[in-house]
Amino acid sequence: MGYGKYRFIASFLALPLLLYVVFVVSPYVQAFYISMTDWRGFSANQKFIGLDNFVELAGDQLFWKAMWHNLLLLIIVPVVTLGIALFLATMTSLGGRRGLLARGGVRGSRFYQVVFFFPHVVPVVLAGVLFTFFYNPEAGLLNALLRVIGLDWAVRPWLGDTTFALPALTVVLIWGAVGFYYVLFSAAMKSVPTDVFEAATLDGAGRMRTFFSITLPMIWDSIQVSYIYLGITMLDGFTLFQAMLPEGGPDNSTLIVSQYLYRKAFVEGRFGYATAIGVALCLVFIVLAVVALRATRRERIEF
Amino acid sequence: MNQTDAGVIETRERASTLPTTTERSGNAEGPTAGERTLNLFSTGFLVVWALISLVPLVWAVLTAFKTDREIFTSPWGLPGEWRFDNFVRAWTNAEIGKYFINSTIVVVASVVLVMLFGAMVAYVLARYEFPGRNIIYYAFVGGMTFPIFLALVPLFFIVQNLGMIDTYYGLILVYTAYALPFTVFFLTSFFRTLPGALAEAAMLDGCSHAGAFFRIMLPLAKPGLISVAIFNFLGLWNQFLLPLAIMKSTDYKVLSQGLTLLASDTGYRSDWSALFAGLVIALLPVVVVYAAFQRKIQDGLSVGALK
Repeated sequence: MGYGKYRFIASFLALPLLLYVVFVVSPYVQAFYISMTDWRGFSANQKFIGLDNFVELAGDQLFWKAMWHNLLLLIIVPVVTLGIALFLATMTSLGGRRGLLARGGVRGSRFYQVVFFFPHVVPVVLAGVLFTFFYNPEAGLLNALLRVIGLDWAVRPWLGDTTFALPALTVVLIWGAVGFYYVLFSAAMKSVPTDVFEAATLDGAGRMRTFFSITLPMIWDSIQVSYIYLGITMLDGFTLFQAMLPEGGPDNSTLIVSQYLYRKAFVEGRFGYATAIGVALCLVFIVLAVVALRATRRERIEF
Repeated sequence: MNQTDAGVIETRERASTLPTTTERSGNAEGPTAGERTLNLFSTGFLVVWALISLVPLVWAVLTAFKTDREIFTSPWGLPGEWRFDNFVRAWTNAEIGKYFINSTIVVVASVVLVMLFGAMVAYVLARYEFPGRNIIYYAFVGGMTFPIFLALVPLFFIVQNLGMIDTYYGLILVYTAYALPFTVFFLTSFFRTLPGALAEAAMLDGCSHAGAFFRIMLPLAKPGLISVAIFNFLGLWNQFLLPLAIMKSTDYKVLSQGLTLLASDTGYRSDWSALFAGLVIALLPVVVVYAAFQRKIQDGLSVGALK
């Protein structure tokens, strides 16, 4: 060691760091400056206008509409997704066929594990195109199914309906996300020592009691991290929404902030304003993350 | 980290030996009626969710073999005959082939590059003490938490100023840069678990720092490298936002862009069967990778989750 060590370190770090600084760090840093200019794509016309973009943003109804949709997603998608994932994980890794002591899980839990995770590896764009046809008024699987089981009154152009378009997209988001958290929670549950469950059973705790008093507190860390991570994903959500309803849906009923940003930047050419949208969304996210972390904080259980 | 790894393996072994003990305790005391209903309900839910997970994809595969007429008249039925020409049409006329090749070139090159760069950075961060090490580590890890769309506008102009819009290498470099945080984060903790003694012994025998890395440590790190490479492959094959900003000409668009183009065109050109064939073609590499590595993917996820 010693001589040549620093030369070696420098030679290994130089290229990756250069790449990272040019394409990742510098855009983020620039974003904060650009958000305070009226830039429309020509560097000659870049004027510093302070917080004017943010003032305009505060009065921009479409922005708030999009932000509202993001907040709805932020609340609904994680709650439903994590709920389903927790339920499935409990059933397969702790359920068992014969009472609470069964830690091996139900019959075929390996099969479920493979199947449940699969939607998560399907590229989001593919899922988007696929579900666009699932919801298609004439050829779609959903309306066909409703007609077969006699619920003709429920048949509708799902994605063309201002009330149902956003819920329809939400379902796809949940479909794609459950598998990932299912695997995560299964792993977390398997890491809880068996004796804890055995002790609970011996003390006469039922399934519900065991779940709420043992399983949930034991894997609380995983749930918390998952909520935050899923929250980040929901603040973006661009890929699926752009693939399914690129114009923001009927009467902008599925417009989300990242789509609005993209529209302002690459359709209208208002780069300064678009960047301000990104910065605003990022700040909202940081506030929400801090609030969520504080609100859900519990004593960490060591085991 | 070392302990975590051992812990995971140990738990898994424990879990796999459990059914036998369960069987024994279960025989002593049969399930009650209420318990049986609950079991029936939970198994029912598992089956339903398995169907929800798979049916849309099975439907897509079946539809890919149908005629346009069949798609509209019998959405639930099987195709009258297995029409492979739908796939030929998708590949050539709808240019899915071109997009597929673009995606493959960009994603394969990016994964190779990010694994090399990521491993180099992670190795140095995990094994060497030097001033600024923590700053560099957190600079990389911090990149995982920032949303990409915040960087989108400045990134577009950086790439434009470098003359890299509509080039393979432009998108490859951008993909590599954006995959680095995840790669560095996971490989750093992985390299920390490997025994350093081997590298030190090699250097005593006259191996250089770089030689020890390439000949000893890199082969040792193979399991971790494979897991991370799979995640990067799936993630980049999935990528949509970055190519949207960088690949503007149809000649260079990637598969995810091509499919949305095709989907929006289908409205008036109405070649639905080719669109579904295109979807299946795009899905194929993902299914192959998942089928081949699903155990590795889920294990990688579990280790990451339990850290």
